[in-house]
Amino acid sequence: MQAFTQHSGIAAPLLRINVDTDAIIPSREMKTVGKRGLAEGLFAGWRYVAQGSREPNPEFVLNQPAYAGASILLSGANFGCGSSREHAVWALVEYGIRCVIAPSFGAIFHNNCIRNGLLPIVLDDAAVKSLATATPLHIDLATRSITTADGRVLPFNIEPAHHLMLLEGLDGIGLTQKSQALIDAHLVRDRAARPWVYRR
Amino acid sequence: MPKTLFDKIWDAHTVTPLDDGDTLILIDRIFLHERTGAVALESLAEAGRTVRNAENVFCTMDHIVDTLPGRSDITLMPSGTDFIRSTRRAARAAGITLFDLDDPRQGIVHVVSPEQGIALPGLTLVCPDSHTCTLGGLGALAWGVGSTESEHALATQTLRINKPRNLRVRCEGLLPAGVTAKDLILHLIGRYGASGGAGCVVEFAGPAIEALEVEARLTLCNMAVEFSAFTGIVAPDAKTEAYVRGRPYAPAAEHWDAAVTHWRTLHSDADAVFDRELVIDCGALSAAVTWGTSPQHSTTVAGCVPDPAAVADDNTRSAMQRALVYMNLQAGQPLRTLPIDAAFIGSCTNSRLSDLRLAADVLRGRKVAAGVKAICVPGSSLVKRAAEAEGLHQVFIDAGFEWRESGCSMCFYAGGEAMGYRQRVISSTNRNFESRQGPETRTHLASPATVAASAVLGRIGEASELLN
Repeated sequence: MQAFTQHSGIAAPLLRINVDTDAIIPSREMKTVGKRGLAEGLFAGWRYVAQGSREPNPEFVLNQPAYAGASILLSGANFGCGSSREHAVWALVEYGIRCVIAPSFGAIFHNNCIRNGLLPIVLDDAAVKSLATATPLHIDLATRSITTADGRVLPFNIEPAHHLMLLEGLDGIGLTQKSQALIDAHLVRDRAARPWVYRR
Repeated sequence: MPKTLFDKIWDAHTVTPLDDGDTLILIDRIFLHERTGAVALESLAEAGRTVRNAENVFCTMDHIVDTLPGRSDITLMPSGTDFIRSTRRAARAAGITLFDLDDPRQGIVHVVSPEQGIALPGLTLVCPDSHTCTLGGLGALAWGVGSTESEHALATQTLRINKPRNLRVRCEGLLPAGVTAKDLILHLIGRYGASGGAGCVVEFAGPAIEALEVEARLTLCNMAVEFSAFTGIVAPDAKTEAYVRGRPYAPAAEHWDAAVTHWRTLHSDADAVFDRELVIDCGALSAAVTWGTSPQHSTTVAGCVPDPAAVADDNTRSAMQRALVYMNLQAGQPLRTLPIDAAFIGSCTNSRLSDLRLAADVLRGRKVAAGVKAICVPGSSLVKRAAEAEGLHQVFIDAGFEWRESGCSMCFYAGGEAMGYRQRVISSTNRNFESRQGPETRTHLASPATVAASAVLGRIGEASELLN
């Protein structure tokens, strides 16, 4: 997984609440079994003038010249709610988004971000909105801070486990397999306590 | 120390606390489907890893498959065949149990899982599907995960999780006759918002929940994710035991008594402390329907489209204004005046036998209004057969409904079959997001009885308008 240490980039404001993963990547845009080829479908329902068309909708924020090459997204509460499709994160990453800043996130989406090197930052609504006019932003994950174009420094919190995983680009499975002996011991105890759970 | 139901299941599944603050939690069952299962299995194999315990991993075909009679691997959805065939290939290679297209047990993952006894009280179960929370209705701790998390669970039988908080929704009183679990959950989300349960395991408790049958509890918990909850759960009871007994993957006879003894400990202790608590007066509820593009945009069928101008919060107000434009509605319009183009009964929310019976009670001896396309998609092939055995299919067909094969169908639009452009649809599903059911389709979520009544009336309406 790609580590996240520091990043500087343009922040695009998509200041709506409850941006769901169907909006981030509509199901009709998930055309292949794999994880790639999804960037074109990112926000397809809003980004193009009509469904099936690839003509950019000039009103959509990512199509506006000021936000060309944006790599940070600012949004409203409950960003990434809805479907568990990890394709939403894969599409954002493939498009070039490295960080999403919002007052809250859908839980599954938030986890998917952490597993793919996409940094989800939680800030209160007023702070998120204040960043919209202070882009580009510089984000330093080690110090957990955002520095704005006008020189403000905003600290943010992140779960220690998520902090570490993103900073070092860790592979969760590899990490967990270090606890294999503990898992095996738990299974032995559990099989005795809950035999009905085990089918063989 | 007194514990909540969630605490008890969490503690029993704790392998070890981790240095980074997460907890390593044992996962008892994993369910996959052809939309997101293949990528997890293929990615696992590409990394040189294997499924650690294939006997507890199951897969079904539901998301992409057609629901028209005579279906095959060839789908209306462009490239759908790839999803089906690669899932079949990967499932066989991994040695997991697959309920394939031609299997009599095939169906929507969260319908099949309780039906087969794969989800059980007190188990942990994950699936790369957000509506896995449905299974909380049985007293399982079940939640949706992404593909990478699925790989983790497949490879290690565990997940690394930051423990969610405890939220209890006390449902006082009893739901009035004709008011269902769907109406209750739409009311809850409407009242407290689509992020009202964020970060929490929501335990639904109280007399109204005890009075619900197991299938209704599954409906209730199904939409916990639309409340942004980690998951929803209901304490198992005698109804749950009766529901589970005798199902194919339920505890074997020699373990049954031990299982039941354990399940009877699975309830929140009387003095357990919850981080948050909400109370709903269920006796005051009535049939619910959504008017906008988030499940939080819900009101009563007898109500009116709300006025954004009356809402103080800027973010909520602007979302409402956008929703009104998308849905082509005016503030103050009575919902009951809105003509509909289509009616859909199906999905992991409301496609079980009890749902079909409720809808059939409304449809019996009546006809779908002229110009309304009406479709019923049973939740599993077994539900379909059971419904046919009691003649329900004939009620639907006589009323003018299409009677389909099982699957997720038009709960979402994947590029194949869809509800029409800008059509107004009343639907027993769980998401009214923009273009969820078709290109710019306008979805109104409701219970199966409300969908059936609306189909007959040709406009949004409730069953009591026909039955009284």
